[in-house]
Amino acid sequence: MTGEQIIFLITAGFTLGSGLMVVTARNLVHAALWLVSTLFGVAVTYALLNANFIAVVQVTVYIGAIAILFIFAVMLTRRDLRDSGPQTNKNWWAGALLAVLTFAGLASLLQGWSGFSKTGAAFPSDFDAIAALGEALVSPDAYVLPFEVASVLLMAALVGAVYLAFNRK
Amino acid sequence: MVPLSWYLIFSAALFSIGLFGVLTRRNAIAILLGVELMLNAVNINLVAFWRYGDVTSMAGQVFAVIVFAVAAAEVAVGLALVISVYRRRNTVIADELDMMKW
Repeated sequence: MTGEQIIFLITAGFTLGSGLMVVTARNLVHAALWLVSTLFGVAVTYALLNANFIAVVQVTVYIGAIAILFIFAVMLTRRDLRDSGPQTNKNWWAGALLAVLTFAGLASLLQGWSGFSKTGAAFPSDFDAIAALGEALVSPDAYVLPFEVASVLLMAALVGAVYLAFNRK
Repeated sequence: MVPLSWYLIFSAALFSIGLFGVLTRRNAIAILLGVELMLNAVNINLVAFWRYGDVTSMAGQVFAVIVFAVAAAEVAVGLALVISVYRRRNTVIADELDMMKW
């Protein structure tokens, strides 16, 4: 077993454990903080996959913006944190069964796929992944249209969020 | 080098955990937390397929960036809806939100 595999196993165990805490923690602030550690584990996974830019975006956008937004929302609706009842609904066993079945289905589906245990090729020499990503995002031959649609979507979402949360009085 | 299968199994497990959270949590914000876990699992798959496929084609990373944008939009609108509902009904428990029930 190589060092990279050991790092991957530690990261995966940490991430999955934090993910389990996100869905089971009783206190929602704790769940949001466990989400931060899950997202950090996923960022380490991206770094292991040589996707440095995606790893940095994960830390700044997900941990820096989205997780903070969650913590704010939890604190703004704080009255419900004191509710002493169960945090899961009555059909939690059905949800757990469905989640386990989804995992088993995905695993068995992947087992039958020929590329399942593929190992990656080395990077071509003098290949700059970040420059290639930047070119792909703005090049008319590549993905400029999805990129622009994503920016319009973000704009629309921000206007919609301001409208929804605006307090008319 | 870590085989591709490890990443795929890891991502499938993270997706299932997120699915469990979405299906069973009572609090609307906790449901959104589960959705975030599922989106992250999808992103791991996209980046892993980029790394183990043709690295010079950036499609996997480009789609991961777009998933980031969609996740940010979803969280902004979702949390605004939750806060707006909380102001009117004083609850964020998903079972009690029945305004659209006729």
